[in-house]
Amino acid sequence: MAVFSKILIANRSEIARRVIRTCASMGIATVAVFSEHDADAPFVHDADEAVALPAGSSYLDIDAIVEAARRTEAAAVHPGYGFLAENASFAAAVEAAGMVFIGPDPATISAMGSKLRSRSLMEQVGVPLLLSAEIDVGSDISAAASEIGYPVLVKASSGGGGKGMRIVTEPSSLDDAIAAATREAESAFGDGTVYLEKYVEQPRHIEVQILGDGTGNVVHLYERECSIQRRFQKIIEESPSPGLDDELRQELWQAAVAAGQAVNYRGAGTVEFIVDADGGFAFLEMNTRLQVEHPVTEMTTGLDLVHEQIAIAAGVPLMSQHDVPAQYGHAIEARLNAERPAHGYLPSTGVVRRFGVDADVRVDTGIEEGSEISHHYDPMVAKVISHAPSRGEAAARLSAALQRAKIHGVDTNRDLLVGVLTDEDFLAGAVDTHFLDRKGNTLSRARATSDVVSLHAAVAALALQVDARHRATVQTSLPSGWRNVQSQVQQRTLAHEDDELDIGYRIGGAVTSMTVNESAVNIDHVYSATSSCVDISVDGVRRTFDVDINLGKVYVDSALAATVFVQIPRFEEPGSSVDSGSMIAKTPGTVVAVQVDVGDVVGAGDVVMIIEAMKMEQAIVAPEAGHVSAVHFAVGDQVRTGETLVEAETDG
Amino acid sequence: MTVLNSVLDTSSEEFAANVAAMEEHLVALESLLDQAKAGGGEKYVDRHKSRGKLLARERIEFLIDRDSAFLELSPVAGAHTEYNVGAGVVTGVGVVENTECMIVASDPTDKGGAINPIGLAKGLRALEIAAQNRLPVVYLVESAGGDLPRQIDVFLPGGKTFRELTRLSAAGVPTISLVFGSSTAGGAYLPGMSDYTVFVEGRAKVFLGGPPLVKMATGEDSTDEELGGAEMHATTSGLADFMAVDERDAIRLGRMIVSRLNWRKQGGGPSAPVVEPVHDPEELLGVASADLKVPFDINDVIARIVDGSEFDEFKPMYGTSLVTGWARIHGFDVGILANHRGILFSEESQKATQFIQLANRSDTPLLFIQNVTGFMVGASYEQGGIVKHGSMMINAVSNSTVPHLTLQVGGSYGAGNYAMAGRPYDPRFVFVWPNAKTCIMGAEQLAGTLSIVARAAAERTGVEFDDEADVQRRTMITMKITQEEQATYLSGRVLDDGIIDPRDSRTVLGIALSAVHNGDVAGTDRFGVFRM
Repeated sequence: MAVFSKILIANRSEIARRVIRTCASMGIATVAVFSEHDADAPFVHDADEAVALPAGSSYLDIDAIVEAARRTEAAAVHPGYGFLAENASFAAAVEAAGMVFIGPDPATISAMGSKLRSRSLMEQVGVPLLLSAEIDVGSDISAAASEIGYPVLVKASSGGGGKGMRIVTEPSSLDDAIAAATREAESAFGDGTVYLEKYVEQPRHIEVQILGDGTGNVVHLYERECSIQRRFQKIIEESPSPGLDDELRQELWQAAVAAGQAVNYRGAGTVEFIVDADGGFAFLEMNTRLQVEHPVTEMTTGLDLVHEQIAIAAGVPLMSQHDVPAQYGHAIEARLNAERPAHGYLPSTGVVRRFGVDADVRVDTGIEEGSEISHHYDPMVAKVISHAPSRGEAAARLSAALQRAKIHGVDTNRDLLVGVLTDEDFLAGAVDTHFLDRKGNTLSRARATSDVVSLHAAVAALALQVDARHRATVQTSLPSGWRNVQSQVQQRTLAHEDDELDIGYRIGGAVTSMTVNESAVNIDHVYSATSSCVDISVDGVRRTFDVDINLGKVYVDSALAATVFVQIPRFEEPGSSVDSGSMIAKTPGTVVAVQVDVGDVVGAGDVVMIIEAMKMEQAIVAPEAGHVSAVHFAVGDQVRTGETLVEAETDG
Repeated sequence: MTVLNSVLDTSSEEFAANVAAMEEHLVALESLLDQAKAGGGEKYVDRHKSRGKLLARERIEFLIDRDSAFLELSPVAGAHTEYNVGAGVVTGVGVVENTECMIVASDPTDKGGAINPIGLAKGLRALEIAAQNRLPVVYLVESAGGDLPRQIDVFLPGGKTFRELTRLSAAGVPTISLVFGSSTAGGAYLPGMSDYTVFVEGRAKVFLGGPPLVKMATGEDSTDEELGGAEMHATTSGLADFMAVDERDAIRLGRMIVSRLNWRKQGGGPSAPVVEPVHDPEELLGVASADLKVPFDINDVIARIVDGSEFDEFKPMYGTSLVTGWARIHGFDVGILANHRGILFSEESQKATQFIQLANRSDTPLLFIQNVTGFMVGASYEQGGIVKHGSMMINAVSNSTVPHLTLQVGGSYGAGNYAMAGRPYDPRFVFVWPNAKTCIMGAEQLAGTLSIVARAAAERTGVEFDDEADVQRRTMITMKITQEEQATYLSGRVLDDGIIDPRDSRTVLGIALSAVHNGDVAGTDRFGVFRM
């Protein structure tokens, strides 16, 4: 088959590796482009060749990427998802340079990229739509909103992924929401246009995968359920969608095919629908690219969607709907993100010291052990996908794999994902996009009971003690903590979430005695204890615990749970604690707004600064009333976690 | 390398009896250690804690590196004396920021940490060990000063402390004082003589004369804080190099100071990877005979102390009552001289003399394992030159410059103690097992000797010898000596560096060998004139 000799991938990380993998299987050479932050990223090494983007440039730099393709004589360009994947100018620039853009026609991209234009196209072919209103200069926004009926949704005309999106429940907050959404859209997509749309309660997000050949032939590859979302971002996706009747599924598929046909769609695309509790549905938008969640379709159909994309771009005739394989079994994808669900999904950055997931699930990831999760890009660590004959088995397999996964160095949403996958409502298929909001923090509550935390803390202390002995440079071979006069036990303090655990222990030949917060941990026998693995029997049960001691943290993984402890230092330098009046960066990021000047009076809860991190805005608020005594950063400055941003003195 | 084939029968009745006897000794030792830990007693411990203060051993635990070893020295000093066990001070070798230090901590719960004659001897011994082995010294000070009612025993001897401190400094051995409380009058010279000082804010009190004495002397009204507070000394007098906000902070600063000493050990360090003994050190509990009159195989001890139980014996067929040979303990090379059957004959003395010279040639530290009844007596031995040969051995031991360590596993009598590097012969460390007995001669022999001498004197002067009184006197003397020769009796008077659990021998010797390597490990070829 006449495919390409070399493809440049205009993307990074997980999706770049995903495309490279298929290219390699097709005998196609690959070229990566990389930013200054990604110089050591695995995808760069995976590609046959790589071109550095100019300093200060990014994956949005069309000229630089086209030039890279030209320099490496790439025959085609794969845009991945995000960045330039749905940028018509980029597709046009690639084609203008004489290369093939693996994706739809630029005209299709721009038509579907504008929600307003795509809506009118859909209207023409009879695909159902939600009530909406454009926001023009001079238009009466509040009247339009009232006409649609509250609650309304403010949405960015370009882009997706929840960026530039706000729910407005009452007229008074409409203006603020529009301003914030505009700012976010501007920053994320370079286009600040937003519009209003009817907000559906208890909505389900169901999308249909389509393939088109650009001449009007369009097939669908079934639907995906993407209702489990946090802040409009999908975290769990699956196929097929649970609990849909065949009639509704058929309707959705046909609507998607009609949508594709309306634009003579070429390549892989996704038509997103909103489905209400009564089975009514409406067109949301069309994504003219590969979706993050494409693996669930791949695993249930046996198709390789990247392969299909390349084949279509190379002019290979499209399969007929009749030839589309029937779906087998059920696939579920979980997005493992470096973030802390219990702390408002604050991103967690750092070096991933260990990363390991069981072999019976598919793992698509852009990282390796030693990779850094920085605040420059999105926080996704990996996509973990399970496939099983039934939905229940797929969920069980995925949650088990996540529970057993070793992920050290950054905090992740693992507990939340496991919480969803084992939730009764989820297992019953009772999902909608408010699922997580409704469940609150109950899902992400750590699985580890206090007994397990105590046991893991004891294990951590055992490993730390071995580690301390290894680090000793004198008396290196002496027994740990040896005393000829025993006056007290050895002590360590570890923090687990908000709790402090005092561990006391004595290592004495065959006998090891330990207490955690003064209650005994009954260690029958220590089979072996190193700084990375502890094999002990406690209360008659022998278990192996994997331990990783890393930069003041101790990770302990076992069949019982995965836990992370923070070592409380033995000594605290006086004056190292922070004044209560300080407002501190909770996340690294860029200052996008400074709301106060020195001398300003602030009330408790007033926003003093806005930090953008990983495309999410974090408001820094005054903890109590007072007046501002110092402002340490200006708009555009980079801040790091823990840095004092603004200081205020309390009045009186 | 030869692995010792130790055929100790651990299922024998004899072994069980030995274990039982040793356990009895250990129970007695444990009871003394409990007394030492109790310091000045519950009331004073509670009062000290209620003031938010740490106990001496708690301070040490914070000071030393986590999970490192701490070898407390002379822990039962004061036993069988009028003073509390522990004698108001805790001393020992500990690792601070990977630097082996001599730590000396006052026990403020025992008469306010006042210095009594036994505590003074313990403190001076610690300084002596620090000087000989070049161990940086960390003082944890909170002391009421000299025990005034005992001033005659502490005033002049105690003055040496300050001289020793500055001489250590002059020799390049760093001295650090962390002052947690009172350190007044003479005590003021502890920080005064130290290279580095840390004073705890609101707690340290360092002055020559307190408010009452100043009032008496000059009529001036003054406060403790003005005369000797931490803040005054840190900001005004400059006696405090650092002011700590609390006790833990003082310990943090002490660790920081040690971490910046850039301390380098002068000895060669371990020369091989450490291999645990093939024979289980736990079995040392039953090696020594319950009755010291019954000799035991010293190879059974060596096999449970040295790396891999490997021991290359020197001159195995000559002078077999003393075993000599080379081994390693925790990777450190060591030459061992160990009494096999207690008695030193001419051959053993000559063999020891040669072996000590060889160790000095190869700069190898020596370990003396004592279970010695003394040099052989009797006409044929005297005529064979036992005095001459014994003198050779004592000459060699006295003038040898490689570090000597002494471990007493049984008896140590007479000049045998001297020849086997007993305490008067300045070994770097002397440790004894709880069953050890030390005396000029055995209790019964001593009483018997006195009786024979008395009978002879009576005969010479023609006085009638009172046999009944003699029996009574012999019994009394035997009882007194039997008590005095006990390990706890000698240790109570700081005549060793501590009684240890036999099972800890290898660990203790490992710490001692590592400590001696802080100084130069070098032999000599200069001995006294050997009488051939």
